[in-house]
Order: sequence, then structure tokens, then C-alpha cells
Amino acid sequence: MALDKFQIAQRIAKELKDGFYVNLGIGIPTLVANYIPEGMNVELQSENGLLGMGPFPFEGEEDADLINAGKQTITTLPGSVFFDSAMSFGMIRSGKVDLTVLGAMEVSDQGDIANWKIPGKMVKGMGGAMDLVASAKNIIVAMMHTNPKGESKLLPSCTLPLTGKRCVKKIVSDLAVMDVTDEGFKLLERAPGVSVEEIISKTAGKLIVEGEIKEMQF
Amino acid sequence: MNKVYSGADQAINDIKDGSTLMLGGFGLCGIPENCIAALVKNGVKHLTCISNNAGVDDFGIGLMLQKKQVRKMISSYVGENAEFERQLLSGELEVELIPQGTLATRCMASGYGLPAIFTPAGVGTEVAEGKEVRIFNGKEYLLELAFDADFAIVKAWKGDTMGNLIFKDTARNFNPLMAMAGKITIAEVEELVQPGELDPNQIHTPGIYVHRIFKGTGYEKRIEQRTIRKKS
Repeated sequence: MALDKFQIAQRIAKELKDGFYVNLGIGIPTLVANYIPEGMNVELQSENGLLGMGPFPFEGEEDADLINAGKQTITTLPGSVFFDSAMSFGMIRSGKVDLTVLGAMEVSDQGDIANWKIPGKMVKGMGGAMDLVASAKNIIVAMMHTNPKGESKLLPSCTLPLTGKRCVKKIVSDLAVMDVTDEGFKLLERAPGVSVEEIISKTAGKLIVEGEIKEMQF
Repeated sequence: MNKVYSGADQAINDIKDGSTLMLGGFGLCGIPENCIAALVKNGVKHLTCISNNAGVDDFGIGLMLQKKQVRKMISSYVGENAEFERQLLSGELEVELIPQGTLATRCMASGYGLPAIFTPAGVGTEVAEGKEVRIFNGKEYLLELAFDADFAIVKAWKGDTMGNLIFKDTARNFNPLMAMAGKITIAEVEELVQPGELDPNQIHTPGIYVHRIFKGTGYEKRIEQRTIRKKS
């Protein structure tokens, strides 16, 4: 069975380490916050100007002045800090953020990523994504392996305008966990019940399969 | 020098057609609601607006887009505004989309008196087209110029009559950067106090950067994504 978006987030949460400063993008990446292991200290950075993002507020306690990068109402935690947008991207560019998780429309087997524009159809803008991918030490992409038409989103090269070049380090899709290496995607794990053959057939870019590929553990 | 204005109508009165404006805020958080309403009422046109977002269809800069007052938008993310997307795809509106950190840092450079900055954001993408690339320590960076804005319009939580400003929570965002970057900076504040009433240690924007200040009224503070959790 392919993973649902919650399971993708759950699997990504296993990549977190104690003491990490983490930036979670909009969509599936945001859900990773729900699976931070008990007792682990992970500080969430929201690029609109908050370090130490807390959970959603209780009803009636929402504050329009306190939102995350997805414009959702949120709360602070003990030790939280606010800052302006230049400092926010200063900490991103200077490599202080340990891990960035974001979504993608396409990823190439060289680690290029496209997630901000479909020419002639959709222009939402890159927001902070180009800054994040250009500077983050470690980037994990959370994505569906194929588009709704069943076409692979893991390609030899991106067809859409790029967000960044050679920056993605790891991908967690609904079918597999892969590293991005100099030689291409390297298959590490498969979703429970998903065959290696299915992953190969749905990966258009170069996929390296070596030895036995274990099922993901949660 | 008196910096205190009676309200938004007076503070924006001399903004002329074709001006370049910076508008603070992230999404609808920390936007200068009073000044936007006054600009819509005033009807000034052919504006270039530098703002991270373009509001939503019926609030924020979206209100100015509806009245076709904006000639060019310089933003990083405009996904919440259908009218914006329509004007963009139809070619009515000129748009420059730039990375959010680049936007913030180009504002900062302006306020710091620096003509340009180097950033890795956008290297190898269409954002890099036509820009100088320099290599530092083996990594490529783009040369990005400081902004040149006629007016910066910001929203603060508290301010004093000398123009010193304090922002609240994530409503800070681009506001202090833009406040530093305008040739003329207009600040609307929720609370306007006398000098000495703000703790000098807590001031985010020194009044030297602020030319006009007024106490705003009737803040709607609309929430784009109201997300809550249940009390268990």
C-alpha cells in the first residue's frame, strides 16, 4: 500500500535528531510536526519570523498577529523568539537551520527541484523556497511519486522552472525513501507492500537498486 | 519637527501616480490596513508595489488590484489571490516574483545604505537571468540590488510621536526592514504614545527612519487560515 500523506510525514519525522532547528514547508511537511518523538527537542523555524513554533491555538485564542509561513494561526512555546524577515533568512542562508522539509512538483536525479511555477497555468511564486534550497545543509522532499495522471515526478531532468539546482538530499514519497546521489536516486526503503518493480516502473529518472530493499519501519 | 499626522488620508495624500511603494506585512498579518484603504479611496494609479504578498481578493493589496491601481507588483508569493493570478496571466499586471529572503535583504540593504547584496537564492533558475554571478568560496551567488522606494508604508503595534516603533509577534515580518528603506516612511500604529513611554531597549525601529506616524483605527486583522485545536 502506498503511504498516505500522514505516513509520509511520520516517516520523515524519523530523520529528526535532538537539538535540530527545522524548517517545515507548507502541505505534507507541516504534518511532520505531529510526529516529533516524545522527549526530543526540535525547534521549528517559521520563515515569516518565529523560532519555536507551538501548536495551533485553542478555539477563541487565535491571534491574527501570530501566524506561521502557511498563514495558519499558531502559538508560541517557552523560549520562542520573533524576528524580522531579513534575520529569518539570515539564519537560513548562514546554515543555522539543520533540516528543511518541503514539497515538490518535480525532482531530478541530480537533485534539482521544481515547485513554484507551471508556465501559463499556475504562478504562485517561490516564497522562501529558493532561499531555503540554495542554503539548507539538508533538504528532504516530501512528495507523491507520480502525478494524478500516473506520470513520474522523479525525472532525469525537471521540465518545470527550477526552484534550485543540485540541492535535494533525500526524498520520501508515498512509495519509497531515496537518497539523491551523484549517480542518481538510490532506493533505500519501500512502502509496506509496495514492490521494487513498482517503484522502478514509476521512477523516470535514474534509480539505483542495490541488494535487498527493506520495507519502511514506523 | 512634527511627524504626527491626523490619519491615513493625510499621510498618503502626496503619493502620486507612478510612485513606488513598499507595503509591510506577511499575508494579511501586519499589513497597513488604514493606508491601503486610504490609497483605494484616493484612487492613485500606476503604482509599483513591493510587498511579500498581494493580499487576498477582497482585502489588503487585493483591494488595490481590484481597482487596477497597481501597474507592477514585486512579491515572493501570490498564491492566495485569484484576481492577481488572472491579471498576471492576462498580461494586465506586470509582476516580478523574487525569493522571499532576497526581497527582505534588498529592503535591508536599502535601509543599511548598501547598494547591493550577494545571495545564493535563485542560482541556476530563471531568477538568475541577466544577473551578475560571483563565486565566493566555491559557491555561486547572485548580485541583487537594494530597492529604491518613494514611500514605505508600515504597520506597527506601538509607536511614539518621534517615530520610534515596536512590532508585535509575527506582524513584525517585513515592516521594520521596509521602514528603514523608504525615502519617506509612513507608519500606522495601534497605540501612539508620548516620547519616554516606550522602553528604549524594546524599540525595533528607531524614529530616524520614520517620517510620518498616525494612530490607526478600526483594524480588522483578518485571519487567512484559522487553525485551532480542540481542548482535550
